[in-house]
Amino acid sequence: MLENVIEMFSYPFMVRAFIVGALVALCSSLLGVSLVLKRYSMIGDGLSHVGFGALAVAAALNAAPLAVAIPVVIVAAVLLLRIRGNSRIKGDAAIALISTSSLAVGVMVISMTTGMNTDVYNYMFGSILAMSEGDVRLSVALAVIVLALYVFFYHKIFAITFDETFAQATGVKADLYNTLIAILTAVTIVLGMRMMGALLISSLIIFPALTSMRVCRTFKSVIINSAVISVVCLVIGITVSYVWATPAGASVVMANIAALLLYTIFGTVKNRGTK
Amino acid sequence: MALIRCEDVSIGYEGQTVVRDLDFSIGAGDYLCIVGENGSGKSTLVKSLLGLKNVEKGRIIYGDGLKKNEIGYLPQQTDTQKDFPASVYEVVLSGRLNSRGLKPFYTNADKKAAEEKLELLGIRDLAKQCYRELSGGQKQRALLARALCATKTMLLLDEPVTGLDPIVTAEFYQLIRRINRESGIAVVMVSHDIESAVEDASHILHLQEKMLFFGTAEKYRKSRIGRRFLEGADKAENGGERHA
Repeated sequence: MLENVIEMFSYPFMVRAFIVGALVALCSSLLGVSLVLKRYSMIGDGLSHVGFGALAVAAALNAAPLAVAIPVVIVAAVLLLRIRGNSRIKGDAAIALISTSSLAVGVMVISMTTGMNTDVYNYMFGSILAMSEGDVRLSVALAVIVLALYVFFYHKIFAITFDETFAQATGVKADLYNTLIAILTAVTIVLGMRMMGALLISSLIIFPALTSMRVCRTFKSVIINSAVISVVCLVIGITVSYVWATPAGASVVMANIAALLLYTIFGTVKNRGTK
Repeated sequence: MALIRCEDVSIGYEGQTVVRDLDFSIGAGDYLCIVGENGSGKSTLVKSLLGLKNVEKGRIIYGDGLKKNEIGYLPQQTDTQKDFPASVYEVVLSGRLNSRGLKPFYTNADKKAAEEKLELLGIRDLAKQCYRELSGGQKQRALLARALCATKTMLLLDEPVTGLDPIVTAEFYQLIRRINRESGIAVVMVSHDIESAVEDASHILHLQEKMLFFGTAEKYRKSRIGRRFLEGADKAENGGERHA
């Protein structure tokens, strides 16, 4: 067992996968609580598809993948938020529109350049080998920024998540913080999607928040629990993926499903107990 | 000097004026009820009073030391809040945000203020409870405590008794009355419930795209428009009872 662990960490790509994965999981779980509670869950899914399109275009142009994908996804995130705020266009339809369009663009570009091959497969479902030195640095920087902003603005984020109108009335610039959350989400998704896959990355945003809400009854405990659950599930998922050679993204999602089931059972039993 | 003065105010959405030519003021310790039918512009006016919506014409002047982000607002409940995992204490404390500015954390004074408001509204023992597990009346008390945390001078309540049963409604009105009289906090309440409004309020503002009436409740009761509206409410109520 111990030998396995030592062997696993002797591969630099595994160490990179763990570092980037854990940090992305941490950031996405913090952001996810607000997104889920504000009914923005689908935005995460939409953004990952936009990220897929952007990565495909970047590959076709021989450009650095992150340099193209991050700005494109940020723009998409701000746009989706605006559409959500505008009641004349239905938000969920707009998200479906944008995400399928980007998916189609991505697939077209790939099939015209390299052809449908393992690259596409890796974009869709992720690869544990995808993380480079640069990704590690970027994800450390991102995680520090997200954590610092989150702690600094924690009470304001709580206020706009719970009741945006009241927060605005008491002078909190809700639009600013919403945009901030959207931008951080966009960067987190782009960083995580090459490992988790475009189709699976949004699970990192949604699962931990929903899981901790089964049991926790204060905002603070939901946040802390989400962060812990998310990182633990990621570590379990990647380890499973290494030991049994399963796809990394899918393994992490399976770990999250298990956690959700466990918490649901625990929550139900606990509620019965108090009644 | 009044807390809020509206001078010749018109408000609208994208060029379509919703309410126009409003001229009224709210003084310290007043209890103003804003009444009117659905779509008469009550909620729009509330948004403008809070500074969330710009006026098309005229101006809203804040005086007597009242800043527009220091109005204790009790909004209508949103969908999001139905399953929101937060303790009552967390919700109430968030009312202190406007005194924080950019400073990230609450001080002991903030925490003490929050506890005082919980005490005042008799929900101290609910402080650790989860907000989503409260009854309708308890939720409104929690939100009222939050609103009180945000203000020293004025409460603005947007249809606060919607969905509450008659007993809880009566208790809630009593609570508002007590806060208004004992703490001298001005109350502005948007209401459907015209009869209670006339009973409790010192002033009435009746909206129907424009200002149909503004003055004391006493005068409103005697005015033609007031009598007609009150009778209408009476009839509707009786009619409702007959059907039920």
